Amino acid sequence: MTTAIVDYGSGNLHSAAKAFERAARDAGLNERVLVTNDPKAVAGADRVVLPGVGAFADCRRGLDAVAGMIEVLDETVIKRGRPFFGICVGMQLMAERGREYVVTQGLGWIKGEVDRITPSDPDLKIPHMGWNTLDTLRPHPLLNGIATGANGLHAYFVHSYQLGVADKGDLVATAEYGGPVTAIVGHDNIVGTQFHPEKSQRLGLALIANFLKWKP
Amino acid sequence: MFKVRVIPCLDVKDGRVVKGVKFLDLRDAGDPVEAAIAYDAAGADELCFLDITASHENRDTIYDVVTRTAEACFMPLTVGGGVRTVEDIRKLLNCGADKVSINTAAVTRRAFVKEAAEKFGDQCIVVAIDAKKVSKLGEKNRWEIFTHGGRNPTGLDAIEYAKEVVSLGAGEILLTSMDRDGTKSGFDIALTRAVADGITVPVIASGGVGSLDHLVDGIREGHATAVLAASIFHFGEYSVRQAKEHMAAAGLPMRLDP
Repeated sequence: MTTAIVDYGSGNLHSAAKAFERAARDAGLNERVLVTNDPKAVAGADRVVLPGVGAFADCRRGLDAVAGMIEVLDETVIKRGRPFFGICVGMQLMAERGREYVVTQGLGWIKGEVDRITPSDPDLKIPHMGWNTLDTLRPHPLLNGIATGANGLHAYFVHSYQLGVADKGDLVATAEYGGPVTAIVGHDNIVGTQFHPEKSQRLGLALIANFLKWKP
Repeated sequence: MFKVRVIPCLDVKDGRVVKGVKFLDLRDAGDPVEAAIAYDAAGADELCFLDITASHENRDTIYDVVTRTAEACFMPLTVGGGVRTVEDIRKLLNCGADKVSINTAAVTRRAFVKEAAEKFGDQCIVVAIDAKKVSKLGEKNRWEIFTHGGRNPTGLDAIEYAKEVVSLGAGEILLTSMDRDGTKSGFDIALTRAVADGITVPVIASGGVGSLDHLVDGIREGHATAVLAASIFHFGEYSVRQAKEHMAAAGLPMRLDP
Protein backbone atom coordinates (compact mmCIF):
# COMPACT_ATOMS: atom_id res chain seq x y z
CA MET A 1 0.00 0.00 0.00
CA THR A 2 1.14 3.55 -0.71
CA THR A 3 0.43 6.73 1.20
CA ALA A 4 1.10 9.86 -0.83
CA ILE A 5 2.00 12.98 1.12
CA VAL A 6 1.33 15.92 -1.15
CA ASP A 7 4.38 18.14 -1.55
CA TYR A 8 3.37 21.71 -2.30
CA GLY A 9 6.09 23.42 -0.29
CA SER A 10 4.41 23.08 3.09
CA GLY A 11 6.71 23.52 6.06
CA ASN A 12 5.75 20.39 7.96
CA LEU A 13 6.27 18.03 5.03
CA HIS A 14 9.47 16.51 6.37
CA SER A 15 8.19 15.94 9.93
CA ALA A 16 4.88 14.57 8.63
CA ALA A 17 6.64 12.08 6.34
CA LYS A 18 8.91 10.90 9.17
CA ALA A 19 5.95 10.47 11.53
CA PHE A 20 4.03 8.42 8.94
CA GLU A 21 7.08 6.23 8.35
CA ARG A 22 7.55 5.70 12.07
CA ALA A 23 3.86 5.00 12.74
CA ALA A 24 3.75 2.47 9.90
CA ARG A 25 6.89 0.74 11.17
CA ASP A 26 5.69 0.65 14.80
CA ALA A 27 2.34 -0.79 13.70
CA GLY A 28 4.03 -3.44 11.56
CA LEU A 29 2.43 -2.11 8.39
CA ASN A 30 4.17 -2.54 5.09
CA GLU A 31 3.28 0.94 3.92
CA ARG A 32 5.25 2.95 1.39
CA VAL A 33 5.26 6.64 2.32
CA LEU A 34 5.75 8.71 -0.76
CA VAL A 35 6.37 12.46 -0.65
CA THR A 36 5.37 13.75 -4.05
CA ASN A 37 4.34 16.75 -6.11
CA ASP A 38 3.36 14.52 -9.03
CA PRO A 39 -0.43 14.42 -9.51
CA LYS A 40 -0.11 11.00 -11.22
CA ALA A 41 1.55 9.54 -8.13
CA VAL A 42 -1.22 10.98 -5.94
CA ALA A 43 -3.86 9.50 -8.26
CA GLY A 44 -2.18 6.10 -7.95
CA ALA A 45 -1.86 6.14 -4.14
CA ASP A 46 -4.06 4.18 -1.74
CA ARG A 47 -4.14 7.04 0.77
CA VAL A 48 -3.54 10.75 0.51
CA VAL A 49 -2.19 13.18 3.12
CA LEU A 50 -2.24 16.94 2.79
CA PRO A 51 0.09 18.56 5.33
CA GLY A 52 0.02 22.27 5.88
CA VAL A 53 1.49 24.97 8.02
CA GLY A 54 1.35 28.69 7.55
CA ALA A 55 -1.23 31.12 6.32
CA PHE A 56 -4.31 29.80 4.52
CA ALA A 57 -3.92 31.95 1.40
CA ASP A 58 -0.25 31.13 1.08
CA CYS A 59 -0.94 27.39 1.34
CA ARG A 60 -3.71 27.64 -1.23
CA ARG A 61 -1.33 29.45 -3.58
CA GLY A 62 1.23 26.69 -3.04
CA LEU A 63 -1.31 24.01 -3.88
CA ASP A 64 -2.51 25.91 -6.97
CA ALA A 65 1.09 26.20 -8.14
CA VAL A 66 1.35 22.41 -8.57
CA ALA A 67 -0.22 21.95 -12.00
CA GLY A 68 -3.14 19.54 -11.98
CA MET A 69 -2.94 18.73 -8.25
CA ILE A 70 -6.30 20.13 -7.16
CA GLU A 71 -8.10 18.30 -9.98
CA VAL A 72 -6.38 15.05 -9.04
CA LEU A 73 -7.20 15.52 -5.36
CA ASP A 74 -10.88 16.01 -6.23
CA GLU A 75 -10.82 12.98 -8.49
CA THR A 76 -8.91 10.70 -6.10
CA VAL A 77 -10.48 11.72 -2.81
CA ILE A 78 -14.02 12.82 -3.63
CA LYS A 79 -14.87 10.76 -6.73
CA ARG A 80 -12.82 7.63 -6.00
CA GLY A 81 -13.09 7.76 -2.22
CA ARG A 82 -9.46 7.20 -1.23
CA PRO A 83 -8.85 7.82 2.50
CA PHE A 84 -7.65 11.39 2.98
CA PHE A 85 -5.96 13.06 5.95
CA GLY A 86 -5.55 16.85 6.15
CA ILE A 87 -3.19 18.21 8.80
CA CYS A 88 -3.55 21.72 10.28
CA VAL A 89 -3.86 24.09 7.31
CA GLY A 90 -4.15 20.96 5.16
CA MET A 91 -7.34 20.30 7.11
CA GLN A 92 -8.49 23.91 6.94
CA LEU A 93 -8.09 23.85 3.14
CA MET A 94 -10.99 21.36 3.00
CA ALA A 95 -13.36 24.18 4.00
CA GLU A 96 -15.25 26.33 1.54
CA ARG A 97 -13.40 29.51 2.45
CA GLY A 98 -10.54 30.83 4.56
CA ARG A 99 -10.56 34.28 6.16
CA GLU A 100 -6.92 34.61 7.29
CA TYR A 101 -5.67 38.07 6.17
CA VAL A 102 -7.73 37.74 2.94
CA VAL A 103 -10.72 35.69 1.82
CA THR A 104 -9.50 32.61 -0.07
CA GLN A 105 -11.41 29.74 -1.64
CA GLY A 106 -10.86 26.32 -0.10
CA LEU A 107 -11.43 22.90 -1.64
CA GLY A 108 -15.08 22.95 -0.51
CA TRP A 109 -15.08 19.36 0.80
CA ILE A 110 -16.33 20.28 4.26
CA LYS A 111 -19.08 22.86 4.53
CA GLY A 112 -17.88 25.77 6.60
CA GLU A 113 -15.33 28.57 6.85
CA VAL A 114 -11.98 29.07 8.51
CA ASP A 115 -12.07 32.03 10.83
CA ARG A 116 -10.19 33.47 13.78
CA ILE A 117 -10.60 31.78 17.16
CA THR A 118 -12.49 33.98 19.62
CA PRO A 119 -12.27 32.52 23.15
CA SER A 120 -14.97 33.63 25.58
CA ASP A 121 -12.29 34.31 28.21
CA PRO A 122 -10.36 37.45 27.15
CA ASP A 123 -7.35 36.32 29.20
CA LEU A 124 -6.79 33.36 26.89
CA LYS A 125 -4.04 34.07 24.42
CA ILE A 126 -4.23 33.68 20.66
CA PRO A 127 -2.61 31.63 19.03
CA HIS A 128 -3.98 28.59 20.84
CA MET A 129 -0.47 27.26 21.29
CA GLY A 130 0.34 24.15 23.26
CA TRP A 131 -1.03 20.87 24.50
CA ASN A 132 -4.73 20.21 24.96
CA THR A 133 -6.95 17.20 25.51
CA LEU A 134 -9.67 16.18 23.06
CA ASP A 135 -13.41 15.96 23.65
CA THR A 136 -15.01 13.56 21.22
CA LEU A 137 -18.45 14.26 19.79
CA ARG A 138 -18.74 10.99 17.95
CA PRO A 139 -16.64 7.87 17.60
CA HIS A 140 -14.24 7.72 14.69
CA PRO A 141 -11.86 4.94 13.59
CA LEU A 142 -8.94 7.38 13.85
CA LEU A 143 -9.47 7.56 17.61
CA ASN A 144 -9.51 3.80 18.16
CA GLY A 145 -7.67 2.94 21.35
CA ILE A 146 -6.75 6.57 22.07
CA ALA A 147 -7.74 7.94 25.47
CA THR A 148 -9.67 11.20 25.08
CA GLY A 149 -11.44 13.48 27.55
CA ALA A 150 -10.02 15.41 30.49
CA ASN A 151 -7.74 12.56 31.57
CA GLY A 152 -6.83 11.49 28.06
CA LEU A 153 -3.71 12.00 26.01
CA HIS A 154 -2.75 15.43 24.69
CA ALA A 155 -2.49 16.83 21.18
CA TYR A 156 -0.25 19.72 20.13
CA PHE A 157 -2.04 22.76 18.72
CA VAL A 158 -0.55 25.87 17.21
CA HIS A 159 -3.11 27.99 15.39
CA SER A 160 -5.06 31.22 15.43
CA TYR A 161 -7.81 30.13 13.03
CA GLN A 162 -10.19 27.20 13.08
CA LEU A 163 -12.57 25.45 10.72
CA GLY A 164 -16.11 26.32 11.76
CA VAL A 165 -18.13 23.43 10.32
CA ALA A 166 -21.61 24.21 8.98
CA ASP A 167 -22.82 20.64 9.45
CA LYS A 168 -22.22 19.56 13.06
CA GLY A 169 -22.14 15.94 11.90
CA ASP A 170 -18.73 16.67 10.39
CA LEU A 171 -17.28 17.52 13.81
CA VAL A 172 -15.52 14.54 15.44
CA ALA A 173 -13.65 16.19 18.32
CA THR A 174 -13.05 19.58 19.88
CA ALA A 175 -10.57 21.03 22.35
CA GLU A 176 -11.69 23.35 25.12
CA TYR A 177 -10.17 26.83 24.85
CA GLY A 178 -12.67 29.40 26.03
CA GLY A 179 -15.30 27.37 24.18
CA PRO A 180 -14.93 24.38 21.90
CA VAL A 181 -12.26 24.68 19.20
CA THR A 182 -12.46 22.35 16.17
CA ALA A 183 -9.87 19.60 16.63
CA ILE A 184 -10.93 16.77 14.27
CA VAL A 185 -13.34 16.85 11.34
CA GLY A 186 -14.50 13.82 9.41
CA HIS A 187 -16.82 13.20 6.50
CA ASP A 188 -17.05 9.83 4.77
CA ASN A 189 -13.47 8.99 3.64
CA ILE A 190 -11.95 12.32 4.61
CA VAL A 191 -10.57 13.33 7.97
CA GLY A 192 -8.56 16.26 9.22
CA THR A 193 -6.91 17.40 12.43
CA GLN A 194 -6.26 20.97 13.49
CA PHE A 195 -3.51 19.77 15.78
CA HIS A 196 -0.24 18.35 14.49
CA PRO A 197 -0.20 14.55 14.83
CA GLU A 198 3.43 14.59 13.68
CA LYS A 199 4.24 16.66 16.78
CA SER A 200 1.85 15.03 19.23
CA GLN A 201 4.09 12.23 20.40
CA ARG A 202 2.09 9.14 21.47
CA LEU A 203 -1.36 10.39 20.53
CA GLY A 204 -0.11 11.54 17.15
CA LEU A 205 1.63 8.32 16.17
CA ALA A 206 -1.38 6.24 17.32
CA LEU A 207 -3.75 8.39 15.27
CA ILE A 208 -1.56 8.13 12.17
CA ALA A 209 -1.40 4.34 12.59
CA ASN A 210 -5.20 4.27 12.78
CA PHE A 211 -5.40 6.26 9.56
CA LEU A 212 -3.08 3.80 7.83
CA LYS A 213 -5.39 0.94 8.85
CA TRP A 214 -8.62 2.80 8.09
CA LYS A 215 -10.93 1.32 5.46
CA PRO A 216 -13.77 3.81 5.06
CA MET B 1 -7.88 21.12 29.24
CA PHE B 2 -5.17 23.44 28.00
CA LYS B 3 -1.82 22.95 29.70
CA VAL B 4 1.16 25.05 30.75
CA ARG B 5 4.34 24.32 28.79
CA VAL B 6 7.83 23.58 30.08
CA ILE B 7 10.50 24.20 27.46
CA PRO B 8 14.14 23.21 27.81
CA CYS B 9 16.43 25.38 25.69
CA LEU B 10 19.71 24.19 24.21
CA ASP B 11 22.43 26.54 22.98
CA VAL B 12 23.88 25.07 19.82
CA LYS B 13 27.17 26.20 18.27
CA ASP B 14 28.58 24.72 15.06
CA GLY B 15 26.08 21.87 15.40
CA ARG B 16 27.10 20.99 18.96
CA VAL B 17 25.49 21.67 22.33
CA VAL B 18 27.47 24.33 24.16
CA LYS B 19 29.07 22.87 27.29
CA GLY B 20 27.16 19.62 26.79
CA VAL B 21 24.17 18.22 28.60
CA LYS B 22 25.10 16.38 31.74
CA PHE B 23 21.76 15.22 33.07
CA LEU B 24 21.67 11.84 31.44
CA ASP B 25 24.06 9.17 30.43
CA LEU B 26 24.22 10.28 26.83
CA ARG B 27 26.66 8.57 24.53
CA ASP B 28 27.54 11.98 23.16
CA ALA B 29 26.64 14.83 25.50
CA GLY B 30 27.42 17.34 22.78
CA ASP B 31 24.94 16.00 20.26
CA PRO B 32 21.81 18.16 20.22
CA VAL B 33 19.78 15.32 18.72
CA GLU B 34 20.58 12.98 21.58
CA ALA B 35 19.67 15.68 24.07
CA ALA B 36 16.42 16.28 22.19
CA ILE B 37 15.53 12.59 22.32
CA ALA B 38 16.18 12.53 26.07
CA TYR B 39 14.06 15.64 26.66
CA ASP B 40 11.30 14.19 24.50
CA ALA B 41 11.28 11.05 26.63
CA ALA B 42 11.29 13.16 29.80
CA GLY B 43 8.05 14.86 28.79
CA ALA B 44 9.28 18.25 27.58
CA ASP B 45 6.37 20.11 26.02
CA GLU B 46 8.51 21.79 23.39
CA LEU B 47 12.16 22.09 22.69
CA CYS B 48 14.07 25.23 21.82
CA PHE B 49 17.38 25.38 19.95
CA LEU B 50 19.26 28.63 20.06
CA ASP B 51 21.92 28.67 17.37
CA ILE B 52 24.88 30.75 18.49
CA THR B 53 27.16 29.78 15.64
CA ALA B 54 29.26 32.82 14.91
CA SER B 55 30.99 32.01 11.65
CA HIS B 56 29.06 32.31 8.46
CA GLU B 57 30.43 29.11 6.91
CA ASN B 58 29.13 26.96 9.77
CA ARG B 59 25.62 28.40 9.72
CA ASP B 60 24.25 25.45 7.79
CA THR B 61 25.03 23.09 10.69
CA ILE B 62 21.75 24.05 12.38
CA TYR B 63 19.72 22.77 9.42
CA ASP B 64 21.27 19.35 9.80
CA VAL B 65 20.57 19.38 13.56
CA VAL B 66 16.93 20.33 13.02
CA THR B 67 16.46 17.73 10.28
CA ARG B 68 17.89 14.93 12.39
CA THR B 69 15.87 16.02 15.43
CA ALA B 70 12.61 16.03 13.48
CA GLU B 71 13.38 12.52 12.26
CA ALA B 72 13.81 11.23 15.78
CA CYS B 73 11.42 13.32 17.93
CA PHE B 74 7.76 13.90 17.30
CA MET B 75 7.55 16.96 19.47
CA PRO B 76 7.36 20.71 18.77
CA LEU B 77 10.58 22.50 18.04
CA THR B 78 11.43 26.20 18.03
CA VAL B 79 14.69 27.38 16.50
CA GLY B 80 16.26 30.80 16.94
CA GLY B 81 19.56 32.54 16.40
CA GLY B 82 20.59 34.33 13.25
CA VAL B 83 17.13 34.25 11.62
CA ARG B 84 17.23 37.25 9.30
CA THR B 85 15.34 36.47 6.10
CA VAL B 86 12.16 34.80 4.90
CA GLU B 87 14.43 32.24 3.27
CA ASP B 88 16.07 31.42 6.66
CA ILE B 89 12.59 30.75 8.06
CA ARG B 90 11.53 28.64 5.13
CA LYS B 91 14.64 26.48 5.42
CA LEU B 92 14.18 25.90 9.16
CA LEU B 93 10.50 25.02 8.75
CA ASN B 94 11.30 22.68 5.89
CA CYS B 95 13.85 20.91 8.07
CA GLY B 96 11.15 20.28 10.66
CA ALA B 97 11.06 23.32 12.97
CA ASP B 98 7.55 24.36 13.99
CA LYS B 99 8.37 27.88 15.05
CA VAL B 100 11.25 30.23 14.48
CA SER B 101 12.41 32.85 16.89
CA ILE B 102 13.50 36.23 15.56
CA ASN B 103 15.57 38.52 17.73
CA THR B 104 17.92 41.18 16.34
CA ALA B 105 16.39 41.14 12.85
CA ALA B 106 13.07 42.29 14.32
CA VAL B 107 14.76 45.10 16.21
CA THR B 108 16.61 46.38 13.17
CA ARG B 109 13.79 45.90 10.68
CA ARG B 110 10.30 45.63 12.15
CA ALA B 111 8.70 44.96 8.74
CA PHE B 112 10.42 41.58 8.75
CA VAL B 113 7.98 40.38 11.41
CA LYS B 114 5.04 41.32 9.20
CA GLU B 115 6.51 39.69 6.09
CA ALA B 116 7.22 36.50 8.04
CA ALA B 117 3.75 36.32 9.62
CA GLU B 118 1.98 36.89 6.33
CA LYS B 119 4.07 34.24 4.65
CA PHE B 120 4.09 31.54 7.32
CA GLY B 121 1.23 32.52 9.64
CA ASP B 122 1.56 34.28 13.00
CA GLN B 123 1.51 30.93 14.83
CA CYS B 124 5.09 30.13 13.83
CA ILE B 125 6.69 33.52 14.36
CA VAL B 126 8.19 33.98 17.80
CA VAL B 127 9.88 37.27 18.61
CA ALA B 128 12.62 36.94 21.22
CA ILE B 129 13.00 39.96 23.46
CA ASP B 130 16.06 40.47 25.65
CA ALA B 131 15.19 43.14 28.19
CA LYS B 132 17.12 44.86 30.96
CA LYS B 133 15.75 47.09 33.69
CA VAL B 134 16.86 50.68 33.14
CA SER B 135 14.74 52.54 35.70
CA LYS B 136 16.44 53.54 38.90
CA LEU B 137 15.35 52.63 42.41
CA GLY B 138 12.18 54.49 43.27
CA GLU B 139 11.35 55.25 39.65
CA LYS B 140 8.53 53.61 37.75
CA ASN B 141 9.70 50.27 36.30
CA ARG B 142 11.11 50.58 32.82
CA TRP B 143 12.84 47.92 30.76
CA GLU B 144 14.80 48.43 27.58
CA ILE B 145 15.52 46.06 24.71
CA PHE B 146 19.14 44.99 24.34
CA THR B 147 20.69 43.05 21.49
CA HIS B 148 23.90 41.03 21.10
CA GLY B 149 23.59 39.16 24.36
CA GLY B 150 22.70 42.24 26.36
CA ARG B 151 25.62 44.38 25.16
CA ASN B 152 23.86 46.77 22.83
CA PRO B 153 21.13 49.06 24.13
CA THR B 154 18.47 50.02 21.59
CA GLY B 155 16.55 52.72 23.41
CA LEU B 156 13.36 50.72 22.82
CA ASP B 157 10.90 50.26 25.68
CA ALA B 158 10.31 46.52 26.15
CA ILE B 159 6.55 46.71 26.69
CA GLU B 160 5.91 49.09 23.81
CA TYR B 161 8.14 47.01 21.57
CA ALA B 162 6.30 43.79 22.52
CA LYS B 163 2.98 45.43 21.63
CA GLU B 164 4.39 46.63 18.35
CA VAL B 165 5.73 43.25 17.20
CA VAL B 166 2.47 41.57 18.18
CA SER B 167 0.54 44.08 16.08
CA LEU B 168 2.87 43.16 13.19
CA GLY B 169 2.12 39.45 13.53
CA ALA B 170 4.34 37.93 16.22
CA GLY B 171 2.49 34.88 17.51
CA GLU B 172 4.48 34.45 20.69
CA ILE B 173 7.02 36.37 22.74
CA LEU B 174 10.08 34.71 24.22
CA LEU B 175 10.93 37.13 26.99
CA THR B 176 14.34 36.96 28.62
CA SER B 177 15.43 39.13 31.49
CA MET B 178 19.08 39.95 30.90
CA ASP B 179 19.35 40.97 34.56
CA ARG B 180 18.30 37.54 35.73
CA ASP B 181 19.80 35.33 33.02
CA GLY B 182 22.32 32.98 34.63
CA THR B 183 21.65 34.25 38.17
CA LYS B 184 19.34 31.43 39.32
CA SER B 185 17.39 34.04 41.30
CA GLY B 186 14.10 33.53 39.45
CA PHE B 187 12.32 35.26 36.58
CA ASP B 188 11.90 39.02 36.59
CA ILE B 189 8.25 38.70 37.56
CA ALA B 190 7.40 42.39 37.21
CA LEU B 191 8.76 42.40 33.65
CA THR B 192 7.05 39.15 32.71
CA ARG B 193 3.72 40.28 34.05
CA ALA B 194 3.93 43.73 32.48
CA VAL B 195 4.57 42.19 29.04
CA ALA B 196 2.11 39.27 29.40
CA ASP B 197 -0.71 41.53 30.57
CA GLY B 198 0.01 44.04 27.83
CA ILE B 199 -0.32 41.72 24.83
CA THR B 200 -2.74 39.15 23.43
CA VAL B 201 -0.27 36.40 22.44
CA PRO B 202 1.44 33.83 24.69
CA VAL B 203 4.58 34.80 26.59
CA ILE B 204 7.39 32.35 27.37
CA ALA B 205 9.19 33.46 30.53
CA SER B 206 12.96 33.02 30.43
CA GLY B 207 16.08 33.93 32.35
CA GLY B 208 16.92 33.20 35.96
CA VAL B 209 15.37 29.86 36.83
CA GLY B 210 17.13 28.30 39.80
CA SER B 211 14.37 26.33 41.49
CA LEU B 212 11.13 24.61 40.60
CA ASP B 213 9.15 27.23 42.51
CA HIS B 214 10.53 29.81 40.09
CA LEU B 215 8.72 27.98 37.29
CA VAL B 216 5.44 28.14 39.21
CA ASP B 217 5.98 31.86 39.89
CA GLY B 218 6.55 32.58 36.20
CA ILE B 219 3.09 31.27 35.38
CA ARG B 220 1.14 32.29 38.46
CA GLU B 221 2.73 35.64 39.26
CA GLY B 222 4.24 36.49 35.90
CA HIS B 223 1.17 35.44 33.87
CA ALA B 224 3.35 33.66 31.31
CA THR B 225 1.81 30.68 29.48
CA ALA B 226 5.08 28.77 29.21
CA VAL B 227 8.42 28.65 30.99
CA LEU B 228 11.84 28.13 29.48
CA ALA B 229 14.90 26.96 31.33
CA ALA B 230 18.32 25.69 30.41
CA SER B 231 20.85 25.00 33.13
CA ILE B 232 18.56 23.47 35.77
CA PHE B 233 17.71 20.76 33.27
CA HIS B 234 21.04 20.40 31.50
CA PHE B 235 23.08 19.87 34.62
CA GLY B 236 20.75 17.35 36.14
CA GLU B 237 19.51 19.38 39.10
CA TYR B 238 15.95 18.56 38.10
CA SER B 239 14.35 16.49 35.39
CA VAL B 240 11.62 17.94 33.19
CA ARG B 241 9.26 15.37 34.67
CA GLN B 242 10.09 16.53 38.23
CA ALA B 243 9.50 20.12 37.20
CA LYS B 244 6.11 19.30 35.73
CA GLU B 245 5.05 17.23 38.71
CA HIS B 246 6.08 20.06 41.02
CA MET B 247 4.05 22.55 38.99
CA ALA B 248 1.05 20.19 38.94
CA ALA B 249 1.30 19.78 42.73
CA ALA B 250 1.20 23.58 42.97
CA GLY B 251 -2.13 23.48 41.14
CA LEU B 252 -1.07 24.35 37.59
CA PRO B 253 -2.55 22.39 34.66
CA MET B 254 0.28 20.22 33.34
CA ARG B 255 0.56 17.53 30.69
CA LEU B 256 1.74 14.38 32.43
CA ASP B 257 1.08 11.81 29.71
CA PRO B 258 2.93 8.55 30.40
